[in-house]
Formats: sequence, C-alpha cells, structure tokens
Amino acid sequence: MACSVYECLALIGARITENRDYLTDLDREIGDADHGANMARGFAAVVEKVPRDNPDIGAALKKTGMTLLSTVGGASGPLYGTAYMEAAKVLAGREALTAEDFAAALTAAVAGIQKRGHATRGEKTMLDALIPALEAYTARIAGGGSLSDGLDSACAAAREGVAYTKTIAATKGRASYLGERSIGHQDPGATSAAITLEAIRDYTKG
Amino acid sequence: MVGIVIVSHSWKIAEGVKDLARQVASPDARIVAAGGMADGEIGTDAVMISEAIREADGGDGVVVLADLGSGVMSAEQAIELLEDENIAVRLADAPVVEGAVAAAVEAACGGKIDEVTSAAEEARGARKLN
Repeated sequence: MACSVYECLALIGARITENRDYLTDLDREIGDADHGANMARGFAAVVEKVPRDNPDIGAALKKTGMTLLSTVGGASGPLYGTAYMEAAKVLAGREALTAEDFAAALTAAVAGIQKRGHATRGEKTMLDALIPALEAYTARIAGGGSLSDGLDSACAAAREGVAYTKTIAATKGRASYLGERSIGHQDPGATSAAITLEAIRDYTKG
Repeated sequence: MVGIVIVSHSWKIAEGVKDLARQVASPDARIVAAGGMADGEIGTDAVMISEAIREADGGDGVVVLADLGSGVMSAEQAIELLEDENIAVRLADAPVVEGAVAAAVEAACGGKIDEVTSAAEEARGARKLN
C-alpha cells in the first residue's frame, strides 16, 4: 500500500498521548508510574524530528528509534528504540509496504526487543502482546490475508496477550521486584504495544 | 589509557562516581559520566552514552559500567550504535561505585581493556565487613 510513514507515526503518537494517564496508572500499580508520560514525551519528540515529506519508511523508523532512545528515559526507551531501529533495517529505502514487508519488519522488531530485554514470552512484558500478535499476523497473511487483515488478527491477539499479562507474575523489569504480588495487574508495556498495533491498523484502514 | 564511562539513571550519581574514581585513581583518568536525560531528568539515554564512549576513548578502548534496569539496556544499545566505529568497548558486569574505582585504578596503572574490565567485575565480590 502507499502510505505516509509520518502520518502513521503521528497517529501512534496521538494514541499514546490519549492514553498517557491510563498507561501511567497501570504503571503505578506495578512499576514506577512513568510509562505513559515517558512514551508521550518520546512521541512528542518523534513527530517533531521525523521529516513530514520524506517517503523513505526505513529512514523515518530509524529516526523514530534514535529519538525514542534519547527522550523516553525508562526501559521502554531502549526497548521501543531497538524495535523501530530493527524494523528500519528491514525497510530501508522502501516507500510502500506489502503484507510480507510488514511481517519481516515486525519479526525484526520483536527479535530486537527480545535481544535488548533478554526476555521471552510469559514474563509479563510487551512481548506477551507482540509475540502472539506476530504469530497471528503471519498466520493470517500465510492464508492469503492482506496487510489490513493481518493487522486485524494481530490486534486481537495483542489484546488477548494484554489480558493474559494480568494472570501472570512479572519476572523481568521493575515489576519483577513485586513477584507474585504483580498478579492481577495488567502490564503497561504490553498495553502500549497493543495501542501501537491498533494505531497502525487504523492508519491502514484510513 | 583505557577510558571508563559511568552510566546511571541519575546524573548526580554518574558525576559523583566519576569524581570519586578520579580522586582515588588519578586526576588524569579518562572517565566520562553519562547520567540521566539531557534535561536532567531521571533516566538513561543511549545516544548520550554512545557520545560518552566516543569521548572516553583515547585509542585503548572503553569500559562501561551501568546501574540497574534500563541502564544496562541503554548501555548495550549505545555500544551497538558504535558498531561501525573502531572503538573497543566492554560492558562490565559490576557494581557501579566499587567497580568504577577499581577500574579507574587499573586503568591509571596502565591496565589493558580486559584487565580493567576484570578489575571492575572482581569488585563485585569485595567484602566490606569481616
């Protein structure tokens, strides 16, 4: 599809900003109450620094990653920063995306987060939204689904993953200090990951 | 001389550890603090850390010490940002204060990058009470 990567990033930023207090409240339960504020600050810088008119998706995502690294502050800075930068490598020079391109970019982003956080599924992190989302996306397009179909499946799986984080104890990140006491609380990172995918889905549907 | 970068969520911690290590080791020790965010807020900034590594390198490489949580992630990211540059960098698995002092002393004595890294990491087992 033809797209404006800037517009898509701006929509992600708008959704993150709308949910700033919600994400921060989730983080207050099991973290240090800064996830929403940190992510909103990061995306405010992203929409300022990413050029509006450059169609190169890879370049825009690289700029997004670098900006998040230096503006977010908490763990989500290097985690989302790595995700966007790894996706950028896959999409360097691209001005439009196929369903397969998005699969490759999401695969690279998720692998980057796993590497950076030394985490895996089931540790009450953003990976509990992103890994199921990636699997659902890949399965849907393997069955002939479009980019938009794939994102529908990915978003549904991400929200199931977010709900799942309520049922498990954290073993990574700040919430791991709470151990079993983190059960019953929804992970803010998984939530912001689901919000991000939903913004991308909604952008593709115009 | 091997350079040392101190990464902390707090710029006061990073600056303080730098001052302490320099005082114990040598006023000429190549130590650069990379603490907090550019605006002084609590946090870590991988881009700032990568610039600190570049500044600390005098040709003999750099040992990085990072505090908890995202300090380590941002340090790892910073090292990746420098992949294409010819700087030897090690991330020490060490406590920041004790490790930085031990590393600075080793570096000031002419230790190589692996020796400086080991000095920092051995500080982890140092007992304070008998």
